[in-house]
Amino acid sequence: MTRYIKRYEDGERINHWLIALLFLLAALSGLAFFHPSLYFFSAVLGGGPWARILHPFVGVLMFVAFVLLFAKFWRANRMTALDREWTRQAGPMLRGDKSQMPPVGKYNAGQKIVFWISAICLLVLLLTGFVFWRPYFAPAFPILLVRVAVLLHSVAALVLILAIIVHVYAAIWVRGTFRAMTRGTVSEGWARQNHPLWHQDMTGGR
Amino acid sequence: MSSLQSLDIAARSATTTPPPQARRSVIEVAKLIDVSSCIGCKACQVACMQWNDLRDDVGTVGGSYDNPRDLTPQSWTVMRFSEVEPEKDKLEWLIRKDGCMHCEDPGCLKACPAPGAIVKYTNGIVDFISEHCIGCGYCVEGCPFDVPRISQKDNKAYKCSLCSDRVGVGLEPACVKACPTGAIRFGSKEDMLDFGAERIVDLKERGYANAGVYDPPGVGGTHVMYVLQHADRPELYHGLPADPKISPLVALWKGIAKPLALVAMAGAVLTGFFHYIKVGPIEAKEDADEGAPR
Repeated sequence: MTRYIKRYEDGERINHWLIALLFLLAALSGLAFFHPSLYFFSAVLGGGPWARILHPFVGVLMFVAFVLLFAKFWRANRMTALDREWTRQAGPMLRGDKSQMPPVGKYNAGQKIVFWISAICLLVLLLTGFVFWRPYFAPAFPILLVRVAVLLHSVAALVLILAIIVHVYAAIWVRGTFRAMTRGTVSEGWARQNHPLWHQDMTGGR
Repeated sequence: MSSLQSLDIAARSATTTPPPQARRSVIEVAKLIDVSSCIGCKACQVACMQWNDLRDDVGTVGGSYDNPRDLTPQSWTVMRFSEVEPEKDKLEWLIRKDGCMHCEDPGCLKACPAPGAIVKYTNGIVDFISEHCIGCGYCVEGCPFDVPRISQKDNKAYKCSLCSDRVGVGLEPACVKACPTGAIRFGSKEDMLDFGAERIVDLKERGYANAGVYDPPGVGGTHVMYVLQHADRPELYHGLPADPKISPLVALWKGIAKPLALVAMAGAVLTGFFHYIKVGPIEAKEDADEGAPR
């Protein structure tokens, strides 16, 4: 029998997938305004005007949901000396050689970087988004600030989308990861191999 | 306000393929506003309201003759009254008819994300096609002249259409028709530049050494031009920008950033896919390993 270890509570998983769904809607509708070739994505929120109306609300909801996730996980995502060693060895790992990787706790440095990039990008997206949110807030800001905001909003969105592409690929690449967020558990083998220090914490080294 | 089949489209917002080009190109038009001949009667404002069927709310007085005090979704042109002293103790009352400049390189069109919500016709007129407008306000961000206004009623952007519906059937814009002093003229851009040059000669004879035509090259020239007594200082005319151009922030955002971002996103997905094909997944340890000695 494969033994499973609890990795995420029900609430944490629901929170994660709520953010994921809101991200999908916000990212696709936002891309619709960014590039003409992606304008058809405005259909996910009901076409141009509805996408314009709903996109900011979807974004704010996503931010609120992420704040809950952040409060829950930021401690486990603090960078350590081992993380610096991990990033130095990331090259060989990506080429398929994991032998030099230092032992990892609940999260490896790659996961932590995705976490912090997401947090920073969402904060930038929220702040800049308010500056050109029509019709409610944009008229209150000077035009130069609005222009800076639209540019920063696009840059932050791009960085976040790239981070999420990496996040999703990593979950596909490392087998056995996906069930952590669907069922809330991972196999002991997965934990011992990919997060040995966390495995020790969870099992007391058995 | 609406698209006209009698006017061919030269550029269309959020559209990456060329517009129809079968018909021979038409002559570019322009409106020439001679500030030195304007008496500030506001007949142009009234004509604009009447032709375009616009009725603004009664506003407030702001200490000048500007009425309304600013461009609005219902006021597509406003006379701007500036009391200035270009030289010491020499008061001048400069009256500039403000409104859309119909740029050859329109910042509003560049910024607009809604396909076909802003068009530039082959004759040079820049028009908002309101039914395609999504109300995002990017045209406001893109405009170097602070012209588009978003309606609070319907969240659509509005501005002067240069009476494209009149021009399309061979008429002059309503403001031109109404102007009692001939300060507003309309015709081919070439003719307007010629006429402007004559006015400059006249003004220079009358002592305005720096008189000139305002046709700013930073936006590729405009299809609404001014004859200014002090062309060296356009800011005197209620802050008319000296060298207007599309903000570099907007140019970056709606220029090189677009293809770069697409390449980055597509590249990230493809890199992941081919990484998987080349390196393969990291397999989780088999159940059988559980009991194996470590």
